[in-house]
Amino acid sequence: MIPKIPLSHWVDQFVEWLDTHISPLFDLIKATIGFTVDSFEWVLTMPPALVVILIFTALAYAAARTRVALFTLLGFLLVWNLGYWDVTMQTLALVLTAAIISIVLGVPLGILSASSNRIQSIVTPVLDFMQTMPAFVYLLPAVSFFSLGMVPGVVASVIFAIPPTIRLTNLGIRQVPKDLVEAADAFGSTPMQKLIKLEIPLAVPTIMAGINQTIMLSLSMVVISSMIGAQGVGVDVLRAVTQTEVGVGFEAGLAVVILAVVLDRVTQSLVQNKRSGSK
Amino acid sequence: MPIIEVKGLTKIFGPNPKRAIAMLAKGLSKDRIYQETKLTVGVNQASFTIEEGEIFVIMGLSGSGKSTLVRLLNRLIDPTDGQVLIQGKDIVKMSKEQLREVRRKQISMVFQKFALFPHRSVLENTEYGLEIQGIDKSERRKKAMDALELVGLKNWENSRPDQLSGGMQQRVGLARGLANDPDVLLMDEAFSALDPLIRKDMQDELLELQSRMKKTIVFITHDLDEALRIGDRIALMKDGAIVQIGTPEEIMTNPANEYVERFVEDVDLSKVLTASHVMKRPVTITPDKGPRVALQFMKEHGVSNVYVVDGARKLLGVVNAEDASQAVKEGKKLTDILIEDVPTVTADTFLHELFDQVSQAKVPLAVVDDSGRLSGIVIRGAVLAALAGSTDLEVGS
Repeated sequence: MIPKIPLSHWVDQFVEWLDTHISPLFDLIKATIGFTVDSFEWVLTMPPALVVILIFTALAYAAARTRVALFTLLGFLLVWNLGYWDVTMQTLALVLTAAIISIVLGVPLGILSASSNRIQSIVTPVLDFMQTMPAFVYLLPAVSFFSLGMVPGVVASVIFAIPPTIRLTNLGIRQVPKDLVEAADAFGSTPMQKLIKLEIPLAVPTIMAGINQTIMLSLSMVVISSMIGAQGVGVDVLRAVTQTEVGVGFEAGLAVVILAVVLDRVTQSLVQNKRSGSK
Repeated sequence: MPIIEVKGLTKIFGPNPKRAIAMLAKGLSKDRIYQETKLTVGVNQASFTIEEGEIFVIMGLSGSGKSTLVRLLNRLIDPTDGQVLIQGKDIVKMSKEQLREVRRKQISMVFQKFALFPHRSVLENTEYGLEIQGIDKSERRKKAMDALELVGLKNWENSRPDQLSGGMQQRVGLARGLANDPDVLLMDEAFSALDPLIRKDMQDELLELQSRMKKTIVFITHDLDEALRIGDRIALMKDGAIVQIGTPEEIMTNPANEYVERFVEDVDLSKVLTASHVMKRPVTITPDKGPRVALQFMKEHGVSNVYVVDGARKLLGVVNAEDASQAVKEGKKLTDILIEDVPTVTADTFLHELFDQVSQAKVPLAVVDDSGRLSGIVIRGAVLAALAGSTDLEVGS
């Protein structure tokens, strides 16, 4: 009989090693993420709720016109009325932070994997791993590196939600028609000029679709993040579930849905505006 | 000194392609090399020179390697072997930076499917080559506007490419190629995606532009008609190798081998088209009518002859306008002025067989069937139009 491979032991040791040896890096990451989330939270919860709701309505109108704006207004008013305003804004702060980190890391990674088949063949299985590994599993190391709170919630959300941004950035750039790339080369473009003047502009709709997916996925992590102490509406959902309060669970769940629909419609209409070729 | 000099230029596709070089040198065929090595020969030891200011046409059927060859000239594809000297400098040996300089200043390219950038306006497309050189905005705008004016697209500069017709899009492609004032313009099947009439216009305009600009143009096409129209010299390609280089006349009159001969013959329209392809519906009259009626018919149809046929459409002869008006004055009958000696041909006569007749006859040739019935007439203009490749052929009844 072959003895069991001590995989779990190795992983434990690796995590422990990371924790002791690069904890300054983790502290820096923790501080940065913590500061970003706090700033968003402050901006979103400081002014009176009605003011924030009106600003969101105006933004929705600018991005997506009347129907979405109306939904935003009524939906957020309902959330406010039900008493979930502050926690919903905490959740939004977490989602926005996760989305920004995903874009900042994901778009360059996507560009990089579009530039070489070898990089793509390394990145793709890693992304598969990140998306299919049950999210609870990487909550544990996240907690041991960043302790409890918003920060490990953001990190877990990023790991779970970043793949679409990377994948679709890669796809968008690879989909730029070959004859256009050839034309850019024929006139003597440098690789950077080609990227900035041709490939990224043409890939923007696809990249935006990836960012939309990333935002949706990080919203789906809200309840799981609340298990490791992330503030927000997920906490209420989790409490309702553990105490079998169906009504409360529905209210909190509805707040998540409203937030999700608003974010989805607004980001999607940004994609559409780009697609229709407006200047 | 020739502006472009190509020596033994070879491109072989596949892994580790160098191993096929020796086989090519030994004269093994493309098929044989593929069988033995699974390598595909794209271009096989091409050598030629291009003089400044000429239109050099590279012609071949699809798969002959012509598109690969033109991409070797600006190294969009890296050659496996050989040299490409542009004004004496071998671009095959150049670094990426040097190559970029050559592409920016000396060689530009026009593509078959236009390859315009859809997110940029016509003007922004045209100035692309100048923009990436870092030329400042006002100067490059001015040059781009000049180039657009040159191709007849003034006032379209703010349109998007997809708002333009195919012909106009390719004018933008041409303007983009001309904007940075290159020494050499590569045109890869530049007009092949356009419909025939637009294509002809573009060919004419290119020739007209060329008479003013005196660029060196390397023009790729699969169409002999196009090659003959615009080429100063033509290189014919087959299986990646150049089989003949010469002026259009030389290629037509003195084909280097059987392949060229077949190629040239295949597309010789005068040996393909027959009288039935070019004949038109004749204006006819029966002999019982008077000369006044004949004159009236000519006036109505804008012709100077009417063909006289009997009830079964059997051709009796022809009456011309001069004789008819004379006959009206003198009160003669139609049969008195009938010219019976009408040149006739059958419907399946090839055009090259009726050149003599059509050029000498005073009236259009009559096309008759076996039993002498008139089925159409052949006028000189229609024969010329057909040979020039006009698709506007109508078949008379």
